[in-house]
Amino acid sequence: MITATEFRSLFHNGLIKQNTGLVQLLGLCPLLAISNNVINALSLGLATVLVMAASSGAVSGVRHFVPNEIRIPVFVLIIAALVTVIDLAMNAFVHPLYLVLGIFIPLITTNCIVLARADAFASKNHPLHSVVDAIAMGLGLTLVLVVLGAIRELAGQGTLLSGIDLVFGEEAKQFVLHLLPGYKGFLLAILPPGAFIALGLLIAANNWNKARAEQRARAAVPVAA
Amino acid sequence: MNSQIRAALRNALRTGLILLVFSLIGTAILAFTHDRTEPTIARSQQAEKFALISQVLPAALYDNDLLASQQSAPPDVLLGTRKPSAIWIARRGGAVSGVVLEAVAPDGYSGDIALLVGIDIDGNVTGVRVTAHRETPGLGDYIDRAKSAWIDQFAGKSLTAPPPKHWKVAKDGGVFDARAGATITPRAVVKAVKSALDYFARHRAALVATPEPGAQP
Repeated sequence: MITATEFRSLFHNGLIKQNTGLVQLLGLCPLLAISNNVINALSLGLATVLVMAASSGAVSGVRHFVPNEIRIPVFVLIIAALVTVIDLAMNAFVHPLYLVLGIFIPLITTNCIVLARADAFASKNHPLHSVVDAIAMGLGLTLVLVVLGAIRELAGQGTLLSGIDLVFGEEAKQFVLHLLPGYKGFLLAILPPGAFIALGLLIAANNWNKARAEQRARAAVPVAA
Repeated sequence: MNSQIRAALRNALRTGLILLVFSLIGTAILAFTHDRTEPTIARSQQAEKFALISQVLPAALYDNDLLASQQSAPPDVLLGTRKPSAIWIARRGGAVSGVVLEAVAPDGYSGDIALLVGIDIDGNVTGVRVTAHRETPGLGDYIDRAKSAWIDQFAGKSLTAPPPKHWKVAKDGGVFDARAGATITPRAVVKAVKSALDYFARHRAALVATPEPGAQP
């Protein structure tokens, strides 16, 4: 059904080449809003992976029945219905998890990457490929979210993993890392401008890295020839 | 020409029907999920609300069904409310032993701070919790019990202890401590808790006379 090469290329695409946060710059609203600490970032990221996998799979499954003219309303309908079902089901059946992730689920609706992947990939590919692609894209977003969250949390309050007890219970409090004891905090990093600045720096670093790799590749050509 | 129009019409009708089918399926799935999850969700919401209320009122103070005792209070300046708010009436052995008020501190650093204030029959605060706020993370959000124990200092306070002129943060000459750099937030909370006590003092007689739900009038 899906070869190892395809699998690898889908993941390479999602995590690096077409990374939603750093390259496609899609879904920045939740990215900027929730990246003020690592735990929030990780929670939103994983919730997004779940929603993306479900919606891409569903969209891909019905892709032969949807005329081109009305594909966007149908996809929006499918995604909205799925997000609501996940929201209700989590609330009813895994309530403790819902208390942590619940506020993020409606936020995912504002994330255009879900619709973007449904339209750009899932509507043209086999369900299995679509689900793998959605998971890869979601994990790529999660990766950026967590890095951004770590930068902002460390710069903003000198800790990492604060709030972990809200996810894993009171005992997990010992895992909170106070890396800079006595640190007074840097408010800007926690407020929205800090998100823009940190994301800008991440994108710049990513572009610089890419440019350097290209330069090296170009420099290597004459030697080889 | 005629056949072209007919073909276009047929196409539009077909597309419309497909959209309709998808909406119907979507609606059916949502209705089914809602139907299946509603009782469980309602139960956990009640439990959550109760957990919150029971944090501001010691269990020894009441033996009635607190959630069933909910009353509605019209908007009131002292409560800081612009919409009707809830009041829960605690009873022990049938007699009113305290209340839990929903109050709002309208002058927080960034918008309203929603509070639950527990007050016993003698007018002593039994506990205060912040239920919703948008104060600056890492700066003003220590009023939240999940972040720090600051809010616990209200327990046991009343309109006479400390006297009204000391119902202020330490910086303004009062007895409530506040962290440097964020005094607007605690100032708003202190003021709102005092107003809630004023509200209770003013409405005490009416609240005590509230008939017990289910009791014969």
